[in-house]
Amino acid sequence: MSATIALHAGSLEHAETASTREPAWVRVVLISIALTFFAVFLLLPLGTVFAEGLRKGWAAYVAALVNDDAWDAIKLTLITAAIAVPLNLVFGVAAAWSIAKFEFPGKRLLITFIDLPFSVSPVISGLIYVLLFGAQGWFGPWLQEHDIRIIFAVPGIVLATIFVTFPFVARELIPLMEAQGSEEEEAAVVLGASGWQVFWYTTLPNIKWGLLYGVILCNARAMGEFGAVSVVSGHIRGQTNTMPLYVEILYNEYNYAAAFAVASLLALLAIVTLALKTLVERQTRRQLQEIIEPSGE
Amino acid sequence: MTSVKRYSPLPGFRLAMGYTLVYLTLIVLIPLAAVGTKTLTMGWEAFWAAVSSPRVVASYQLSFGASLLAAAINVVFGLIFAWVLVRYRFPGKGLIDSLVDLPFALPTAVAGIALATIYSENGPVGKLLEPWGIEIAYTPNGVLLALVFIGLPFVVRTVQPVLGDLEKEVEEAAAGLGASRWQTFLRIILPHIAPALLTGFAMAFARAVGEYGSVIFIAGNVPMVSEITPLLIITKLEQYDYAGATAVASVMLVFSFVLLLIINGLQGWMQNRHAKGA
Repeated sequence: MSATIALHAGSLEHAETASTREPAWVRVVLISIALTFFAVFLLLPLGTVFAEGLRKGWAAYVAALVNDDAWDAIKLTLITAAIAVPLNLVFGVAAAWSIAKFEFPGKRLLITFIDLPFSVSPVISGLIYVLLFGAQGWFGPWLQEHDIRIIFAVPGIVLATIFVTFPFVARELIPLMEAQGSEEEEAAVVLGASGWQVFWYTTLPNIKWGLLYGVILCNARAMGEFGAVSVVSGHIRGQTNTMPLYVEILYNEYNYAAAFAVASLLALLAIVTLALKTLVERQTRRQLQEIIEPSGE
Repeated sequence: MTSVKRYSPLPGFRLAMGYTLVYLTLIVLIPLAAVGTKTLTMGWEAFWAAVSSPRVVASYQLSFGASLLAAAINVVFGLIFAWVLVRYRFPGKGLIDSLVDLPFALPTAVAGIALATIYSENGPVGKLLEPWGIEIAYTPNGVLLALVFIGLPFVVRTVQPVLGDLEKEVEEAAAGLGASRWQTFLRIILPHIAPALLTGFAMAFARAVGEYGSVIFIAGNVPMVSEITPLLIITKLEQYDYAGATAVASVMLVFSFVLLLIINGLQGWMQNRHAKGA
């Protein structure tokens, strides 16, 4: 899903000639399979969320969103993303700077470590913080003595969210910055720019689309994470309920219309995320093409 | 650190690298190490009892079996999607290309309740399948369906660029030498995209094994029948069986790490082939 992949996917449309073309019926069958699969597996779930949310009418839809429990869930989701995304953004830039601009032993291993949270089940991502900060955990007794709550409280939710969204920005920036090389930065240093000046005026303009791409994906996951947050939250209404957890509670109470109403906000977030992602991909593709073919255009 | 790095005139290596390592250690490595130490303090017999009880084994069979099958289904449909998106023009193509990533972007709980509603007895698709005796929601079929949903983008997005890179001249040459279109696909195109297909398969499989949110609403979660391993970990936690939960989690973690190494190896292989071909 890196920017490099996006470049290839878009730029090479195959020109068709008779010898490298499938018979018409094959094309029709393949396109039909793809369209059917798309309609049943992707469009139908998305449509269902909105249809079920509005099933009891507009007034019930609004009522499901405008109440204290829903508002607390929305606030907690926003707060969590507002903490997790900037932290992982700073980390992503630092990691990409050291990995893409410098040579050192163990680089591949470091990249593998950065990718680790993606390969861990969300449930385990929550469990690890219970093992550290829960009542029976490493720091449990100390935290209890000092009356600090992390598990079944907001800090646990934030920590679990940071963990699951940890690699997003870094893994977008590393291939992008590696592809760009460091000639421009080196030139800036030779011309007397300080470290921060190099970053702000040379690197940042070059990576801004990749950075935005990573932030968009990071934010979508931070706001939508369910499994990891579920383990550490304790499901206390009004206190430790994020939007996805609130959807689960409503659904399990058979309050389907309200569950889907809250879910529709998250589905909107997903649609906005995909739209922004498509836009940013176009920008990165253009930018990468300029790097690869500086003479063209 | 600076003594081993190759000379670079750029500043900020110590700061960026130091921050990276500290943050990585605090957020990822120490918490993951907690699983290891907790497991090690259990003792072998308690560990073995926790990870090999019939209910846990039944959950492995479901989680790994359904994930393998889902990843295999994703390879077939993912290849068709990638093929159609790279090679054909048809109305709605741009929309499909953008929405293929929906399973990445849609929060898993939202996908879960939507799929459960669609495939339950009274849902739009469940209603159609019921007369045929096909039950999806609240059975292992539901688990499979949810895992197919979340795994699709992995195969499409790994195969799409590789398929786009395949040079037309090679196919023309094959056709010129008398190969049928099907022969060209089997002998020329398929070997070219095989590493990408395999990588997509492994990524979809890895994601499916750990998946929780989109599965639990549609699965029914009957012990021994439709209970996935991640849910079992949560069940154990809710019963304050921290050691048991950690033991099962450690089995899954070891499996995930092995799979991650395999995926990294596959991607290295893909890049090498790519470099040679270019």
